[in-house]
Parts: sequence; C-alpha cells; structure tokens
Amino acid sequence: MAECLEQSFEPLTELAQDIEFASVRRWKQGAPHRKAVAFFPVYAPMEIIHAAGMLPVGIAGAGDRLDLQHADSRFGSFICSIVKTTFELGITGKLEPFDALLFSTICDSARNLCFVMKRNFPGQHFEFLHLPHSTSESSIEFLAAEYRRLMGELQRIAGVEITAGALRNSIAMFNRQRELAGEIYTLRAEAPHLLRATESYALLRAGLRMPVEEHIAILEEMLPKIRARGGKKRDAIRVVIEGSFCEQPPLPLIRVLEAAGCDVVDDDFTLAQRWFSEPLPLEPDPVQTLAERYVRCATYSSVRHFPAAARCRGLEQRIRRSRADAVIFLIAKFCEPAYFDYVLFKKAVDQLGLPSLQLEFEEKLFTFDRLQTEIETFVESLIFD
Amino acid sequence: MSVQATEYRGSIHQQQKELMLQWYAALDRAAGNAAEQPVVSMMVSGNCVELLEGFGAVPLYPEVNALQLAIRHQSLDPILLAEELGYAADNCAYVKADIGAYLKGITPAGGRLPKPTLVLCNFVGCNTYLKWFEHTADLTGAPLYVLDVPFLRSEEPGEADIAYVVRQLKEVVARLESLTGRKFDYDRFQQATAYSAESEGLWSGIKHLAQRSPSPFDAYFDAITLMGPLYVYRARSEGVQFFRDALRELEQKPVSAEDEKFRLVVEGPPPYPYFRAFRDMFARWKACAVASTYSTVGGLWEFGFRHDPEKPFESVARHMLAQNVTNRNYLQRYEQIGHYLRAWDADGLIIHFVKSCRLFSAGQGDMREYFSRMGVPTLYIESDLEDPRYFSEAQTRNRLDAFFESLEHMKRTGARRMPLAAPQPSPLRVL
Ligand code: SF4
Ligand code: SF4
Repeated sequence: MAECLEQSFEPLTELAQDIEFASVRRWKQGAPHRKAVAFFPVYAPMEIIHAAGMLPVGIAGAGDRLDLQHADSRFGSFICSIVKTTFELGITGKLEPFDALLFSTICDSARNLCFVMKRNFPGQHFEFLHLPHSTSESSIEFLAAEYRRLMGELQRIAGVEITAGALRNSIAMFNRQRELAGEIYTLRAEAPHLLRATESYALLRAGLRMPVEEHIAILEEMLPKIRARGGKKRDAIRVVIEGSFCEQPPLPLIRVLEAAGCDVVDDDFTLAQRWFSEPLPLEPDPVQTLAERYVRCATYSSVRHFPAAARCRGLEQRIRRSRADAVIFLIAKFCEPAYFDYVLFKKAVDQLGLPSLQLEFEEKLFTFDRLQTEIETFVESLIFD
Repeated sequence: MSVQATEYRGSIHQQQKELMLQWYAALDRAAGNAAEQPVVSMMVSGNCVELLEGFGAVPLYPEVNALQLAIRHQSLDPILLAEELGYAADNCAYVKADIGAYLKGITPAGGRLPKPTLVLCNFVGCNTYLKWFEHTADLTGAPLYVLDVPFLRSEEPGEADIAYVVRQLKEVVARLESLTGRKFDYDRFQQATAYSAESEGLWSGIKHLAQRSPSPFDAYFDAITLMGPLYVYRARSEGVQFFRDALRELEQKPVSAEDEKFRLVVEGPPPYPYFRAFRDMFARWKACAVASTYSTVGGLWEFGFRHDPEKPFESVARHMLAQNVTNRNYLQRYEQIGHYLRAWDADGLIIHFVKSCRLFSAGQGDMREYFSRMGVPTLYIESDLEDPRYFSEAQTRNRLDAFFESLEHMKRTGARRMPLAAPQPSPLRVL
C-alpha cells in the first residue's frame, strides 16, 4: 500500500516538470476546439479561464531541462532564470499548445518578458493583467473592470460566452481545490513525516497542469491514503520556506534540506492554489467577488503591495500556524521582490526570536555541495544550541 | 585623440544650479518646520507635482538625491551599509544608496532633509518603487499612500484606468487635507497644470532643437542637467521662466558643423558615478545624443502631450498612465526609439544596460537584436547608474571607441545613413 502510494507521486512529479506540456496537448486533442491558457506566476484568476471552457495552466520555468541558446543574449546578466527559460520555452516551440499567455504586474523583469515575447511570437496571444497594488476601495472597481476586459478577450479566443452561472461553477471548483490544498498543508504541519515537501510539491503543482476536476479527484483519493501512511515522526527541525513564490527551487535541493534534518512544514511553492484561505462566495456577482476578494482577502505576497507590516504579519501567522522552529529564505537569484522583502521579513523573524538562513538558488542548479554545507551547518547550530 | 569637451555651459547651467539649491534650501527649512511646510516624497517617473501645488507642498525625490550622491562619488559607503543590513548585491542601488544615506545622515547638498508629510508612492512602471517606499515609510515612520497606476497594456489607457487614477488622486487630496490641516486649493492646482503645460511646450521645443544638424543641445547629457528643474519646478512660474530662458539661449547658441560628427539615440540611464568620464567618451568623438529615452522618464512631452488646466485631474492621470516612458510597455519603447532614429535623423543607437534597473534593462538584448536587424548600428554596454563597482572605464571606452570607429568607417564608405529596414516599428499612435 505504502509502496503503491509512493509510486503514484512519480508520474505527478514528472507531470509537474514536463516542459513538453504533454498533458496539455493530450487534453486539447480530447475534443475539437479546446483551448489552453498559460499563466506566468504568481497568481491568475483561473476561475475566469476555466469558465470560458479553457484549461488554465501554471507555467514555472524549465528547471534544468532546457539549454539556453537564445534567452541569455536577449535578457543579459542580472535577470532571474525563469524569465530566460520562459523565453527559451517559447523560442523552442514548447509553448505552442497555448492559445494565450497571461502575465501580471509582479515585477519589472516579468513585465518586460511579456512584451518581448509578444514581439517574438506574433502567432500567440499575450495578455497583461494589472493586478492592483492598492487596498483602496477604488481598486476593487478597477479590478472588476480589468477582469471583464480579460473575459472579453478570452470569450473572443474561445468563441464562447462566459456566463455568470459558468463562473459560479468555476469558483466552486477552485474553492474545493483550495480547500484540499489547505488540507495538505495542515497535514504537513501536523504530521510532516506523512508527506514530504517534494511529494506535496508534486501533488499540488501537477494540479496546475490538468483540469481542476481531475486534480480534485486525485487529491480526494490520495489524502486518506496519505493520512493512513505508516511511519514515525522524526526528530527534525520544523522550517518554513519563504521566497520561492515564482521561480521554483530544484527538487533535489528540497531533498537536501530534508535529508539534513529539516521538516518543511510550510512553503510558498504554489501560492496560486492557496491565494485565498476562505472559500469565495458565489453570490451575488462572481466577477465582483473575485475582484473584491483579491483586494481584501488574498494571501500576502512579495509581488504585490500590502502595507509592509501586514506582509510581516502574514509570515508570522504562517510561522505560528505551522509551529516552525526556523525560517529558510530560499530566494531565486536576481529575484528583486524576494530580496527586498528579505530585509523586512528577516527583521520580523529576528523579533520573534527565530533563527533563519538565507539561501540563493537557480532553477537550473544541479550541484548542491555548497548549499548542503550551509544547510548542515545551520541545522547543527540549531541542534546544539 | 585629445578630449575636447563639447559640454555647453551657458547661463542656464547657473540658473539650474540656483534653482536646485533653492529647492534643497526649502527642504532644509521644512526639516526645521514640519507644520508650516508640507513635504511629499515621490518618484520621478510620471510624477504628479502639479497636485502638490494645491497644498503648496514641496516634492522630495529620493532618486534625485541618490543620483546626486553618485555624481559626487558618495554613493558607495551608503550602499555598503545597506548591504550590511541585508539588502542584496543585486537590489537596485538607488534604493540602497538612499536608505544607507538616510541612516548615515548624509544629504546631497549638506542640508537637512525633512521627514515627509506623506510618502506618496506613485507606482508608475517600476515595481521597485513599491518596495523602496514601503521601506522608507517603515524607516521614517511617515504615512504611505500607494497610488496604483495601471500599466499601459494597450495603445491608449482605458476609461477604467483613467477613472481609477483620478479616484486615487482625489484620495491623495483628502489624505493630504487631513495630514496638513490645509484645504486643497483647486485654483492653484489648475494654475499649476497651466504652468506645466507651458514648461512642457518649452521643453519640447528644446528637444526638437536636436533635430537640427548640428544640434545645439545634447538630449542625454544636457537633458539630465535640465531634468531637475523639470521635475521640481515645471508647475511653477519659476519653471516656465527657466525653460523660456533655456530655449532662447540654446536656440541662439552658435554651433558649427565640425562640432558634431555623430548623431546618436541613447537608451537607458547614465552611469552617474562616472558621469564626467562617460560624457568625455562621447565628447572626444564629437558624438551628440540627439534623443534619449531616459530624459522621458518624468514625462513624454516631445510628441505633443500637455497638462490641461480645463481637465486638471484627468490630464494628471493621463500623464501618469501613458505619457512617461516607464509606464509604457517595452514595445512602445522600441517604437519611441525607432521614431527618434528617423525623425531626429540619428546614425546609431547606444543601449546602456544598468544592472540596478530591470525596468530599463530586462530585455535590452532583444532590443539590440531588433534594431540591429533593422540595420541600425547598435552598441550594447553594461554598467550601473549608482554603484561605482560596476563600471569598467577602460572596457567601456574601448567599446565606444570601436563603435565610433566603425561609424566613421561607414560614413567614409558612404554607408552612413542606413535605411531603417524591416521590421519597421509601427508609427507612434499614442504619442
Ligand atoms: S523570480 Fe522574481 S524577479 Fe524573476 S520573474 Fe519571478 S518575481 Fe520576477
Ligand atoms: S529599478 Fe530603475 S526605475 Fe526603479 S527605482 Fe531602481 S533605477 Fe529607478
């Protein structure tokens, strides 16, 4: 039984990292006129894409699976890897299954990427969404208008009308997916020995590559099995990972962390599926709901403005909820939003009296000796403290 | 080859210096009397200095402070202090210099800098602004308002975008009324937009002088000198007077054909810590920047946009949304450069990649590819706008020398004015 469960993570891990997007191609072939929309991290209103009958797909760079032949010269030094690998995915034709690609206001590099791609791939549709950096009342109205604009574009591409009923149905679906994702994190915080961070990563990230209905079914089937898994709690340091919200750390690096004696009890790997912690109401107006909840109730994130204190409180809450002993700031190289927030977060974590470690990675990293030494030294310092 | 400084130093430079000293003096006075003199810190990009006039508030521009530190070779110590505090080597060095200088008590003109009445983050394009002002507000304890300006994702800003920015501008007014205890003076605000419209017309006139051959004005190096008054004073009568004098003086400035060998468009901010050395690298080749994108950070006025006293709020919103290079999308920047190359009749393009500023630099390799393919001689060089550790003088000079040599060769062999081949940028629609 345990073995069988372990085996079921393998295809999910592969699916989550597949840069050929075979699952998307297969889904599109399943019926005529099916369309898929890719979104660049961190968040996208997947409900709207789904309500247009399209498949929302979260893209996340290419890990170490792609050699950069063109992107380095287009983006130069000091730019994070995911921007380059995304461009390279485009120029090598791997993004071809997507009928539209969606970007938003997360950082300057990603924003420029959207328009550079638009020039280089004229056959594809690019959308840039302005997700507000304000909590003022007026931003709700603005975002609702922005979502309606997006709906207009998607309706044109999909050739279907997005009805209020369809949107309510989609919100209900994604509510369920978020609820299950929440359960996974609760489980990890309560019994980290039952689900490794790498397994949880595969389980959730694969959900950004398949229809939400299928993902819900997988989660519903696997959660009880995971809960019933054997094994003993190990004597490990409970850590929260902060800073990996966009470019993703290589899975072997997470394994190194775990092998060194850390239980990752919370992380920010797939924030899109945890953007709201409460279910969104379906009434009265679903577009208004999506906008209002984005402005009022979304999770804190380094890629959108909140009053700095609120962002620090968000991290503190995550630390408390998961009863973490330490924080690992795992930051993609050249990721400016994460670098800046590190300064604020570090201060907040220090004030809580918690130890922390800052590590920098690139998605394409494949040797981890230096990081491993840093992690082991950190863990040892905590054990012998 | 001897260095022949082509830098022009007329009476406008003296006037510019005096205006900027007056500004620092006003800030110093405000530091001593916060209740009497409101101060609003803002970003340069698409700034809404007109609105401040409605409160008689003085703008405080951290970017201007940061660049002054760099020009005066004072930026490294504050940067190092910020790095000790946890800022990364790859964070925008403007922010690090500003925060480090604040903590060290260093100010550009030696006077005091006040705690702002309001930290107004005009989020126009640059996401780093959000972080910078969050940190400033955190450090100084000053209240923060983020004015969320939607990025320009189509040719024209949509109605929802304009309405959104106008509503926020009115929120800023209400916020400042309660912070200062003063009532917003709408008439003065309107008057400010009228002054701005005049200053902008004159500034545009100056920029168009560079269409002459030879040009009496360098739209990169000289423009930077005039940018201070443009951001601080354009909405006041002093600004109008200054730009009137500047236009007159430059119009009458004698220039001879030998003073100009190459006409260039420059993209990206300058390396402020080596500003003089960088300028000399152009001067020794008698290379004149006839247009630059950096001089349009605060506003794009050479294509006709003006503030409108009949619709003051809406025109401020339009300026922030669409009439500055930072809030326009990357492809619109290609169009802008393409337009300069044609209408300002340039020989080539210099792309200066600065590591601090991803807003400018992320994608400049693609830009180089785009223009090179069009047949535009294009040079791509890298350094930084604030951090002196990222400038290699010898290497930069060698690359510029090689570029100018090849331009010279092209000129000699008659290949100079390369026709702009496909892909042609589409004609500027918004501008
Ligand atoms: S990793 Fe950071 S810098 Fe890079 S695109 Fe994502 S948010 Fe932007
Ligand atoms: S990133 Fe660029 S535009 Fe933004 S603050 Fe830094 S230098 Fe200015």
